[in-house]
Amino acid sequence: MNYPLTEDERMIQKTVRDFARRDLAPVAIEANEKGVFPEGIYKKLGELGFMGVTVPEEYGGVNLGTFSLVLILEEINAVCASTGVTMSVHNSLTNWCILKYGSEKIRKRFLPSLASGEMLGAYAITESEAGSDVSAMRLSAVRKGNEYILNGAKIFISTGDRAGAIIVFARTDPADRTKGISAFVVEPDSPGFSIGKIEKKMGLRASTTVEIVFEDCRVNADNLLGTEGMGMKIALAGLDGGRIGIAAQAVGIAQAALDEGVRFSRERKQFNTRIVDFQSTRWKIADMATAVEAARLLTYRAAKLRDAGEACSKEAAMAKLFASRTANTVVYDALQMHGGVGYTEEFLIERLFRDARVTELYEGTSEIQRLVISKAVIEEFERTLPD
Amino acid sequence: MKILALLKRVPDTEAKILINQEGTGIKDEGIKYVINTYDEYAVEEGLRLKEKMGAASTVTVVCVGPEEATELIRTALAMGADDAVHVCDKALERPDPFVIAAVMAKAIKAEGFDIIFCGKQAIDDDMGQVQSILAEMLDIPQVNVATAFEIAADAKRATVRRRVEGGDEKVETSLPAIISCEKGLNDPRYASLPGIMKAKKKEIRKKTLADLGFSESPGEARSTILRWLPPAKSSGCTMVKAEEMRDAAKELVRLLREEAKVV
Repeated sequence: MNYPLTEDERMIQKTVRDFARRDLAPVAIEANEKGVFPEGIYKKLGELGFMGVTVPEEYGGVNLGTFSLVLILEEINAVCASTGVTMSVHNSLTNWCILKYGSEKIRKRFLPSLASGEMLGAYAITESEAGSDVSAMRLSAVRKGNEYILNGAKIFISTGDRAGAIIVFARTDPADRTKGISAFVVEPDSPGFSIGKIEKKMGLRASTTVEIVFEDCRVNADNLLGTEGMGMKIALAGLDGGRIGIAAQAVGIAQAALDEGVRFSRERKQFNTRIVDFQSTRWKIADMATAVEAARLLTYRAAKLRDAGEACSKEAAMAKLFASRTANTVVYDALQMHGGVGYTEEFLIERLFRDARVTELYEGTSEIQRLVISKAVIEEFERTLPD
Repeated sequence: MKILALLKRVPDTEAKILINQEGTGIKDEGIKYVINTYDEYAVEEGLRLKEKMGAASTVTVVCVGPEEATELIRTALAMGADDAVHVCDKALERPDPFVIAAVMAKAIKAEGFDIIFCGKQAIDDDMGQVQSILAEMLDIPQVNVATAFEIAADAKRATVRRRVEGGDEKVETSLPAIISCEKGLNDPRYASLPGIMKAKKKEIRKKTLADLGFSESPGEARSTILRWLPPAKSSGCTMVKAEEMRDAAKELVRLLREEAKVV
């Protein structure tokens, strides 16, 4: 990959690549096979600075941008998408939200532990009746003195049962669908907080996805992010970064699948010929590699825009839409190149195939990305029309 | 304590090495360069010693190499080394070990030191000579191929283990000394993100041969590489086939006797 990187970026890439291959790979194989959360790895990732990538130094982070985070997520996801999603949510959503919308007191309280990897972050928007339709959420937050009382449930929360800081979106005004939502940092030791159903997933088996139940759960008013009613705005702004993170995940998975396909087809012989020498294989490789590169460039562009402080909702949605589709077509073709053995747990492609699927579902389905993109494109067009 | 770690830029172990058309070196295109693996052990051992000796100690990286070596020096600084000396001069394009040692000796004398760590060899040309020539030039003891290192309480001596045929050798040396590092000595740390950010502000002192006081060349090379040649293609493997194992064995013996002439 010859995208022009700075000296720092090349050094970062080397560190994360070496760590992913040497230290993470063996842990990932075992954790995914057994379906367990790799507890120790996040402390190590924290020591290397990977859990506070965009957090300023005064809060214990390394103060790098979204682009550096993308380089890191690409390499981690090429080896373990479960670790990748945990890291993406942690960095792009939890850390980012607390930094951008938390009071100084809240930043000081959470960011150093999050950046060191001692504490993990989660982000809770989805409810059973509010998936793509975020504004349909019902979890209620009622102010009582110096506290908010939360009642309801969130589902599909990545790292929800391991996180020390969970950004929870709740309804503070039942009358206003969009402006009646507020965001809070909730700690799992709050009274009335409990973990409900733990999902058994098709992939990402070394990450956890859980239901969180709030029963008269008391949250200090200091833990409100921004002001009351800002929740929807925060959720959407956070999702731009979240989508770039998942796009990077998809690029990492796709690259790994391409590599596996090439590796296998060079070794496998049928009809006395390496299957890599069949034209049907070569054409697949060309199409896969081209798509991976295009996905990577869209992702890099969205990250660069975000780092420049420019609006990037459309670009983030495009990167996420294209990269997640690419991940799924590339794992499909790479598995096809493996033939029957690709369907067994013996080969990495089996896990990549399962892990890729969710990239088209979470952080906004592909349908939602298309909604965001088309809306932006039409609005841009309409702005060029005479009044 | 002033600790030095010597560093060489070499092609990645995974790189595919091809000889260039003129036979003067390897083809550079597409080759990724890394810190010599054994030098990583040297940097790591230097850092561990510094951590043991306390805040007054420093680790200085010394590298003789092209402009592009800066990134690898920076990586060693990101691992935690304090500063670096980088001797970079067009006249040093293809130096022999004697010339490198002569240049390093000058740079090291100017820098001052209490101990020097280096790799037991570079993984590119595998000569493994610089450490010994350098020890002679600096007139200090050398202990090569170290697999364990321990400094004495008074910091004036050190105990080093060397792997030798059939066992370990335990050597005690006075300091200053030059210790060359073998795999197994330690597990080098990664350049962390905070380390990479800090490394930007660390000093790399660039020196030319003139800066080191060489008027012209740093001395005559003692050896010259005449020509690089790719290894001869192996003649491949002959499968001895026969219906009966007995006949196959007979044919094998015939081949060994008459063709290979080894029995």
